Amino acid sequence: MSITYEMIVGLEVHVQLKTRTKAFCRCSTSFGDHPNTNTCPVCLALPGALPVLNARAVELAARAALALGLEVHERSVFARKNYFYPDLPKGYQISQFDRPLAERGTLAIGGGRSIGITRIHMEEDAGKSVHDRFAGFTAIDLNRAGVPLIEIVSEPEIRSSAEAGAYLRALKEILLYAEVSDCSMEEGSLRVDANVSARPVGEPSYRTRTEIKNLNSFSNVERALEIEYARHCAVHEAGGSIVQQTMLFDAHKNEVRGARSKEGSHDYRYFPEPDLPPLVLASAWIQGVRYGLPEFPAARRARYAASYSLGVADAEVLTASRAVGDYFEKVASAAGDPKAAANWVMGEVLASLNESGGDIGEFPVKAESLGELIALIRNGSLSNTAAKTVLATMLREGGTAATIAARDGRLQIGDDSALIAWIDEVWAEHPDESARFAGGERKLQGVLVGFVMKKSKGRADPKKVNQLLGARAGT
Amino acid sequence: MTATPEALLQSGAGAIAAAVREGKVRSRTVVEASFARAAEVDAGPSGLNCILSSDMNGSLQLVDSAPVGGALAGVPVVLKDNIATTMLSTSCGSKILEGYVSPYESTVARKLREAGAILVGKGNMDEFAMGSSTEFSAYGPARNPIDRSRVPGGSSGGSAASVAAGIVPIALGSETGGSVRQPAAFCGIVGVKPTYGRISRFGLVAFASSLDNIGVFGRTVDDAARAMEVVSGDDTANDATSAPLDAPGLRTDSRDLTGVVIGRPKEYFPASLPAAMQAHCDRALDALRARGAEIRDVSLPHTDLALPVYYIIAPAECSANLARFDGVRYGLRLEGEGLRGMYEATRSRGFGAEVTRRILLGTYVLSAGYYDAYYRKAMDVRALIARDFTDVWASGVHALFTPTTAAPAFTIGAISDPYEMYLCDLFTVSANLAEVPAMSIPIGRVGGLPVGGQVIAPRFGEQVMFRISYALESELGGAAHA
Amino acid sequence: MAAAISRDDVRHIAGLARLGVPDDKLDTLVSELNGILAHMEVLQKVQSAGAAAEADALRTGMPLRLDEGPSVKLVRPISAIAPATRSPDGAPMPAVIDGFFLVPRLATHEDAGDES
Repeated sequence: MSITYEMIVGLEVHVQLKTRTKAFCRCSTSFGDHPNTNTCPVCLALPGALPVLNARAVELAARAALALGLEVHERSVFARKNYFYPDLPKGYQISQFDRPLAERGTLAIGGGRSIGITRIHMEEDAGKSVHDRFAGFTAIDLNRAGVPLIEIVSEPEIRSSAEAGAYLRALKEILLYAEVSDCSMEEGSLRVDANVSARPVGEPSYRTRTEIKNLNSFSNVERALEIEYARHCAVHEAGGSIVQQTMLFDAHKNEVRGARSKEGSHDYRYFPEPDLPPLVLASAWIQGVRYGLPEFPAARRARYAASYSLGVADAEVLTASRAVGDYFEKVASAAGDPKAAANWVMGEVLASLNESGGDIGEFPVKAESLGELIALIRNGSLSNTAAKTVLATMLREGGTAATIAARDGRLQIGDDSALIAWIDEVWAEHPDESARFAGGERKLQGVLVGFVMKKSKGRADPKKVNQLLGARAGT
Repeated sequence: MTATPEALLQSGAGAIAAAVREGKVRSRTVVEASFARAAEVDAGPSGLNCILSSDMNGSLQLVDSAPVGGALAGVPVVLKDNIATTMLSTSCGSKILEGYVSPYESTVARKLREAGAILVGKGNMDEFAMGSSTEFSAYGPARNPIDRSRVPGGSSGGSAASVAAGIVPIALGSETGGSVRQPAAFCGIVGVKPTYGRISRFGLVAFASSLDNIGVFGRTVDDAARAMEVVSGDDTANDATSAPLDAPGLRTDSRDLTGVVIGRPKEYFPASLPAAMQAHCDRALDALRARGAEIRDVSLPHTDLALPVYYIIAPAECSANLARFDGVRYGLRLEGEGLRGMYEATRSRGFGAEVTRRILLGTYVLSAGYYDAYYRKAMDVRALIARDFTDVWASGVHALFTPTTAAPAFTIGAISDPYEMYLCDLFTVSANLAEVPAMSIPIGRVGGLPVGGQVIAPRFGEQVMFRISYALESELGGAAHA
Repeated sequence: MAAAISRDDVRHIAGLARLGVPDDKLDTLVSELNGILAHMEVLQKVQSAGAAAEADALRTGMPLRLDEGPSVKLVRPISAIAPATRSPDGAPMPAVIDGFFLVPRLATHEDAGDES
């Protein structure tokens, strides 16, 4: 009987913090500039240079930690992680080891599952190595050296590649909401290293794990985990043992291979960074960061379901980004009608953004203005169709709903006396249909409404016309 | 009736600055006198070799652009070669930085420049500040101006010698275990180690980050005070270990020590202390009493642990601080097989034997399996050593007096065993470990060679330290150099 | 405490520190380092546990800085301080091209950071 194995996965995610300047120097963090132009004595590791920590990096790191439910320590300590590599100019990375910024959090990944987060610590990024640009050389660009990172380490509680994907998506969503990073794997502001092992179900201890690097999308993480897990299982089945090593994922070949073997394992010789006294955070300050956190997606979705009676699917769409949710709520408030607001945001607004490729921050119609438009529909001044036309005009030219509707003659006439006047005219002009309608032929209502609409050049409020005509029929 | 430039150089920084500010002498003249003196004493086979790089035209250009009213207007200065300046080299006495000219300026160089001082040379030093004699310089040893067959001390030997030889009235050095106080004692001048954090380390090439200090040399306590006042002060914008305090006012006319309690720690006066040294210390203590101080016997019980602790912590930190010298971005690069070959060729040829030894020692004490037994242990014992001092201060003692070294300068080449060289730091290293200020002032001669006495004060207690030193210097008078 | 350092130990730590110590220097280093380490033995007898942590707890925290520039400017460009190297055909050149620092071509494509 063959053994059933289970996948054990822990993820280490490195996230670049959205600061203007680097972690330990005042160089710009801007991306894509000419090589080594965002450098200074500190991040070039010139003799005599010293690190000074960026307060905003601390704030964003604390924000990320609190958003993920970790406990932020009032005292944490930076440490030197020592190794030689040309994109690491000091020959050590300033990181945290024994006393990280924050510990013990959890992340809900859906389906009732939560994954523990062991710790979050702060560190600096290394520079970039470019291997094939100049024959015989590797080229080093230190613009990225010193950009502030947090490393988020999960407990090894992930049990499938799908869970790993769910973890990463949930993590990214929260970090985007918290506005601590752009979280883009494509741009390198979010990087994933995956640790995986296999063990027979029921075995209490962990077996040897391997680490997979060079992953550049969430789906590649899932794929690589499947491949490597299968290898672990095969090795165990055959009675062999896994060698602890670093693996690289090759996206083109869909393969996971061992990195070139090293001489022995790493000895980073961590010791507390003597150039930086301990980081001391007042508990009042930590509380302040906590209070400043936004409402996160799960809580927001629950509130939308409860307060606005929105369904799960609608709530998901409207909470996909914090900015869309913020926009929707303002529209709902201005319109006095959350359901209509939801429909308009999910429909017209997101469709328009899809086409233009912009994001809600660039949408030309302010939430309050859209809300006004919807309010006009509610009070009968605009039909749905007319409103869509007005919105299109607002997108093109700007302006408010009321002004444009009036200017372009889109406003519906809901005034009873005007409608009655038209109905009287139609009644007189179409005696035959009117008589039959009054006599009980209900199906003629539509025809008569149509005559009134034509008379009013489409501006009569059809609901009201129906009402008033219906009254004439005595029904 | 103006003094000759040479006489002016001898009269000290205060007099020079006053004369320049009042227009009585041109700064240019003083600088030229400094270069003339250097030409007399520094070069040649038995020259002092205390200055590694200098550029008279460059210095004269600095004269033209120097601010006029500064506290050190027109004063020529030498900076140890591990302090970054944009003019002249910053080679740290090493081949690995041969010809390296820093593209940025250290905070202390900037402060001196803004005070009107003129950089005239970079001081020779033991390679990367690792040594006690300046014999480990890759550019040849410096010599003691009092007796050229002897070392000037180290690692700041070049800076000390340049002051003792009258090339400049003020120089900057650096201290990690005594590298300013010991050469000051050997050369018969004043050498000051500040409280850790008092003077910005931004631009000081790091040896052991938690122990490094910029230090100050002067021929007199007053000149040292002037220099300290200029280079001290909050630099938390560039150095996270800088104390957020303004530069202290250290000059005083008071020479009275009534009410001051000075401790005489017994561990610094062992039976093995040579009699001549003991005699000079006794005379110094009498001088302090004559000014009204009370002398009290005290104990710093963990003193004998200071050297072992120092020789774990300093190499550990230096092994990481010197990792940046890899041939990639600046300094020496030698080719080898691939990247690793480049690292190893560069670092094996670029670093001397003592530096190599300390990097190995430091790497070892940090390595897996040894960290707790060595580094962690040393940090704990360091705290005990620091506590010895705070206990003494808490008992009502305002400062301590000790010999700076057990003996005067030794002859060049006399010491070859590494640990025997380390013993030169015996009386100085505790102050670095405890982060307290300490200064050496001349207290006499032994066999014609200068020896120094050391005043140690509590953290940020530079004012009481200087007050005591002013009084001692004044009371001893000419006896300090006899 | 720790056993004495062996030749292999010295070779290993020299490797960690990229010092390129030649074999004929190993024996001297072994005896020098052991001689120095012998003086450290005295620390093992000292009761000191927790002393550093206690002292640390009294320290004020590190000063932080605002998230703004400008950074310290260099008075001369990096090409002026860069070391010299040779192009593949042997000609001497500074080790900077198009703003990049150049090092000998790395043999692997590994992610930065994993070398022993």
